[in-house]
Amino acid sequence: MTPLLHLFALASEGGEHGLDVVTDPGGFAGLLASWAWLIPVVPLVATFAIVLVGKRLPWKGWELAEGSIAFVAVYAVALLIANWQAPMAVEHHVTLSRIDSLPGLGDLVLEWGWVVDGLSIMMFTVVGVVGFFVFTYAKGYMEGDVRFTFFFASFSLFAGGMLVLVAAPNLIQLIVGWELVGVASYLLIGHWWEDHDNNAAAIKAFITNKVADVGLFVGVIILGITVGSFRISDVLDAVAHGDSAVAQVAFWAGLALFIGAMGKSAQMPFHVWLPDAMAGPTPVSSLMHAATMVTAGVYLVGRMFPLYQTPGMADDVKIIIVLVGGATLLLTGLIALVQDDIKKVLAYSTLSQLGYMTAAMGAGAYTAGLFHLFTHAFFKGLLFLAAGSVIHGVHSNDMSDMGGLRRFMPSTYRTFVIGSLALAGIFPLAGFWSKDEILASLSHDAGAGGGAAATLVLWLAILGAFVTAFYMARAVYLTFFGEYKGEGHPHESPRVMTWPLWGLAGLAVVAGFVNMPGLTSSFTDWLASRVHVMGDHHATALNWGLAVLGTAMALGGIAAGTRLFHRDAATQQERDRLRIPVLYPLLEQKYYFDHLYMNGVVGPIKGPIARFVVWTNQVVLDGVVHAFGAAARLASRFVYGWADQRGIDLAINAAAAGTGEAGSVVRRAQTGKVQQYAGALFAGAVLLVVGFLIFG
Amino acid sequence: MIVNQFLVLGALLFSIGVYGVLVRRNAVLVLLSIELMLAAVNINLVAFGAFVDDAAAAGQVFALFVITVAAAEVGIGLAIVVLIFRNRSSANVDELDLMKW
Repeated sequence: MTPLLHLFALASEGGEHGLDVVTDPGGFAGLLASWAWLIPVVPLVATFAIVLVGKRLPWKGWELAEGSIAFVAVYAVALLIANWQAPMAVEHHVTLSRIDSLPGLGDLVLEWGWVVDGLSIMMFTVVGVVGFFVFTYAKGYMEGDVRFTFFFASFSLFAGGMLVLVAAPNLIQLIVGWELVGVASYLLIGHWWEDHDNNAAAIKAFITNKVADVGLFVGVIILGITVGSFRISDVLDAVAHGDSAVAQVAFWAGLALFIGAMGKSAQMPFHVWLPDAMAGPTPVSSLMHAATMVTAGVYLVGRMFPLYQTPGMADDVKIIIVLVGGATLLLTGLIALVQDDIKKVLAYSTLSQLGYMTAAMGAGAYTAGLFHLFTHAFFKGLLFLAAGSVIHGVHSNDMSDMGGLRRFMPSTYRTFVIGSLALAGIFPLAGFWSKDEILASLSHDAGAGGGAAATLVLWLAILGAFVTAFYMARAVYLTFFGEYKGEGHPHESPRVMTWPLWGLAGLAVVAGFVNMPGLTSSFTDWLASRVHVMGDHHATALNWGLAVLGTAMALGGIAAGTRLFHRDAATQQERDRLRIPVLYPLLEQKYYFDHLYMNGVVGPIKGPIARFVVWTNQVVLDGVVHAFGAAARLASRFVYGWADQRGIDLAINAAAAGTGEAGSVVRRAQTGKVQQYAGALFAGAVLLVVGFLIFG
Repeated sequence: MIVNQFLVLGALLFSIGVYGVLVRRNAVLVLLSIELMLAAVNINLVAFGAFVDDAAAAGQVFALFVITVAAAEVGIGLAIVVLIFRNRSSANVDELDLMKW
């Protein structure tokens, strides 16, 4: 807590901390920006407060979590409005400690800080607003859970970690936030740890991320050592000035950072953890997929965007980014077609949408990628919450246990459909605008230097639009149409769960209106208020051809879904309908990625390497330990037999025997006869007198 | 005035008292012998008091103190002897060897 208090003191005194104001808006907006450090700190403080006193509060700590996220939401929206009126880009740094003359690095300065610019404000808003709805909903969903209080402590940590990451003006703090998110996700995915599968999912998520994190660390270290500073603004300054040392390492640094981003944003081949992360409670999935965790990778690429965009720097990495995004968006979208678990459908859908964002980033479309992140946060958050509402009503995750729920759960049904249409990209919902912008950007990039890769990914993305609409239509029909196939009586969720659905549904409808090509450009302006020029392409007019094509693909997907799943909704033998040879098993086994990792990576580690480690332990380590033990026994035997038994004991026994002998001699004087004592007394007196007479 | 004959008397009496204390078995007689020693001391005190012709008569006053203390001492001593006799049916000091090793 001490650094936090330290921060508080610095921020309230003002002036003492290193203030790097770039575009200081002044006035109230400036005040908001200089106190923005509260945004990450408040949820983190709430985490500790919930742990300490949560159980004694009337709502078991929920109110602290809700209060902190509501604070973040309000603060973020206030910043958003301020940024809307006058663009701002402010950085504050507080030096925590410095280590002088580190070999190969010079002076390492550890800083805490906060950056308030268009990008971070947009992320604050997404985390705050989506988080607010999810936290509210979670109160209803988690009601009666054994670890209700702990859940909200972890949940606040999750949001707080993401906000630390987003607010980070230096790469070290970014790693801190990155790992806070990772550890919170581990706690939350494994929330119901009594079930072994949930543990396995949590460990899988953590380890997969950790593997990719090596890339992040390598990238950060390369950049930090080359530039001599971990501040992102210093790194981007060096990039902007065409620093030749940075240019030499830019490709590898950019690639390494992107590998880190692939882990958190679950791009192929690091995507395997995300579907398993569904093991956590549904509000966790919702927050994780919408606002907090998977967006971190895209955010990182966005934050470091000039590194990738500046010619001569890491611009060669972009082709990798665009291809990874393209592969992810289509391949994972196809898996969503064969999933029975409603949350897994949404999870693979998230993977697919993250592929869109990544592909947009790779195509140099900073705005388009983050715009999709922004709109996706609302409708994917909504879809997960609605799915959670269904699960809450049906007590099953499997769509084969659902069906016909539109009669039982009208609010959930309507909001789920709104979310699905937004995700499918139907005009005029949010997804239409962001997906269209990505398609337009890819198309522009294909003509402007992206070449064949961009062209390929453009077609993958158009195909992806069809797949997206198809699997969402399937999910809607299987869940809400036909006859109910599960057990018991499904019921609508309580109002604490339905009104967040409607709130997010409203946002899923309107969120796209902030960036309609040729009409509004607010979102573009928000994101443009940064210190370093982005140089990205964003459409100024609607690309009619692509818009119509994209919408047609989406409608086609819905039509295909209707054709296949609506008519038979009563019986819904959907598994037979999609059972195409080769393709179906391939999809059902998720392209055998899990097998590959289990047999190719985990297996060897568990097999020979584990055996080697056991051998090392049993033979080498235990041998050393046993040798030490044997030596100690020999030494102690000598010490006992010689030093103790024959040395020390001898001396002690001799002393005791001597004392006894002396006592048995001297005690004879103690006769007990008074008159002998008196005689001795008088004899002594006489001796003294005689002595005095002779010698005196 | 010659003081020697009183000192010889005192020495004789004291020696008889020492003999009695060391030799007699009966506790009462031991006490009596102690009285003899005290009486010898008193004779010495009075003799020297008269010999130095002290105006304050310190020799006689000390002798009175000694008599007083001797009375108290013999009172306690006899009480102890009586109690020992009641407990052990004997006033023989040879048998009082409880302080032996």
